[in-house]
Amino acid sequence: MDREHWLGIAGLLLLIGGSVFGLLIAPPEKYMGDVGRILYIHVPTAWNALLIATAAFVIAIGSLVKRSPKWDAALHGTLATTALLTVMLLIQGAIWAKPTWGVYWDWDPRLTTSAIMGVSFAGLLALRASLDDPERRATWTAVGTIIAYVDVPIVYMSIKWWRTLHQNFSTPETVNEMMVIPLRINAFAMLFIGIWLSVRMARLSLAERGAAVPTAPASADPLIAGRA
Amino acid sequence: MGVFAQTLAVFRKDVLLEWRGRSRVSAVVFFSTMTLLLFSFAVGPGREVLSRHAAGYLWLALLLSSVLSLGESFRVETEDEALEGMRLLPVDPRALFFGKASSNFLLLLGLALLLVPGCLVLYSAEIRGSAGLLVASLALGTGGLAAPGTLYAAMTARARGRDVLLPLLLFPLVVPVLLASVKATSLAMTGDPMNQGPSWLGVLVCFDVVYWSLPAILFGRVIED
Amino acid sequence: MSTSPPAVAASALGRAYRDRWALADVYIELAPGRSLLLAGPNGAGKTTLLRLLATAIRPTTGTLSIHGLDARKDPVEARRRLALLSHRGHLYSELSALQNLSTAAAISGREGDLLGLLDRVGLHARAHDAVRTLSAGMRKRLAFARLLLQEPDVVLLDEPYGQLDPAGFGLVDRLIGELQDEGRTLVLSTHLVERGAGILQSGMVLVDGRVTWVGPASGTPAAMAEIA
Repeated sequence: MDREHWLGIAGLLLLIGGSVFGLLIAPPEKYMGDVGRILYIHVPTAWNALLIATAAFVIAIGSLVKRSPKWDAALHGTLATTALLTVMLLIQGAIWAKPTWGVYWDWDPRLTTSAIMGVSFAGLLALRASLDDPERRATWTAVGTIIAYVDVPIVYMSIKWWRTLHQNFSTPETVNEMMVIPLRINAFAMLFIGIWLSVRMARLSLAERGAAVPTAPASADPLIAGRA
Repeated sequence: MGVFAQTLAVFRKDVLLEWRGRSRVSAVVFFSTMTLLLFSFAVGPGREVLSRHAAGYLWLALLLSSVLSLGESFRVETEDEALEGMRLLPVDPRALFFGKASSNFLLLLGLALLLVPGCLVLYSAEIRGSAGLLVASLALGTGGLAAPGTLYAAMTARARGRDVLLPLLLFPLVVPVLLASVKATSLAMTGDPMNQGPSWLGVLVCFDVVYWSLPAILFGRVIED
Repeated sequence: MSTSPPAVAASALGRAYRDRWALADVYIELAPGRSLLLAGPNGAGKTTLLRLLATAIRPTTGTLSIHGLDARKDPVEARRRLALLSHRGHLYSELSALQNLSTAAAISGREGDLLGLLDRVGLHARAHDAVRTLSAGMRKRLAFARLLLQEPDVVLLDEPYGQLDPAGFGLVDRLIGELQDEGRTLVLSTHLVERGAGILQSGMVLVDGRVTWVGPASGTPAAMAEIA
């Protein structure tokens, strides 16, 4: 069995453990009550979406330097996983927002930045799908990833500024030790699952690209043009 | 042959191309004016609402038009592989980027300046704040659109479904530009009692610096074959 | 014995696309001032080879140096020493012939009598007309002028006789002769093998991306006949 499956299984087990802890054992959150329990999955998803996006950024730089199919496949994997985690993040966020703020969306800076990051990365996946030449696809995906990632802090900063002119947003306050434990467990759970997803996607991407055409053996006695 | 001199040569070429293709340019002007009209139809004739959001409509019209003009700026390059001809000269690729981005910037700025009187008339808006803030927000904002737009237009010019891909890639990227430009322009129009304008210009400067320098470094790789 | 590096030195040069090798195992060693005829059936890889030599595309395998400059590490410097006449026009159809030349001149830093250059290729009368209005043969002449403008040490010509009338043929022959007299290195691909064999020194036959014959240019027609 491929090695990454161990990570996937570990992640799943951790997720079950962390979620049980968070749902049943940890005390209810001070202001939000039981609704706050969604944070045990929401916050780890958020951390890992950003973490894997950062990995994508680093891999993008590597892909530009190395020009290798493996790096491009890894980039594809991390991009797809980031996009997936971001979608999950937005759905979780909306589920949390409704009972807390009364609406699904309130232009919270973090939520909005995540939405934009999600669209950016999904757009890169769309770009990939529209390109046939694998080398160009690799280069342009890498360039797009670098630019999209650098954009994230700028987007966050500008939306935060934009918001402060209107109303304050509420953030969850986490303090209780019993709460930190399931958060940490689930953070690792999502990390392992995220890595598992990325590697699976990368393998798929590499397989889709096709085997590299085998190099013709260099001739022992080559014909050299221009001498005659 | 320094990068600056080469940039100037590329810039001259692109301005010449825009001038020669000015029928296409005027089509973009008509499009953006039409967009301004469409907004007022969609929102309703209430003068209060229209004038309050005039800056927003202006920038939306600019954003939508930029996709057309940016896409067009690379159609001339791929037609006869003219860009490849440029690339094979002993030229620094950054000059190719800066030259093209500068001419795109000039075009968008010109368009923005043309749209301002349109806005003032159609939306009964005024310029109660500083004209300097208005011009600065238009310049920095269009600058923030032109540079990354040039990079993405170069990429999507060769992709299938390029007309959809360019806005798909560009729009999420320029959200900060849209936010800050609308805010700054709006303050210039409705008045800026608390002097918040400069901080929004600051966001724009920050964005422009990053997005004129980063694509310049990456442009060479993007136009390789 | 020549002590300066070869004008064109290619070793194990190859270029693969997704499912095939367009060119493989090509060796070239051209001393400055010598000329090479590229011959072969359609799709043999002649254009690919010329584009590789022009640094328009990157090799998948092998090395290439132009007058001692590594084409991979220092492409901008290499491009200073070479110029390509491509079957792609490389022209701006909206600009005039003269404007196309002046742009290329300004960017590459070459001063020169541009109108005189246009006169040399027989386009003086159409200097201010948009390229859009020129016939295919005239565009070829303009492309030639653009190449001459760069005063390249290494001249790469891809089907220079294409789209030209008999007067144009004579012009190309004359220009090739002048370039050779000026001591420039030439690599020329053409279907008109007999014509090329008469004016160039070395020859090379490509079939399906591989070199099947090298020798003096005069032997090329016979080598081509054997393939048919």
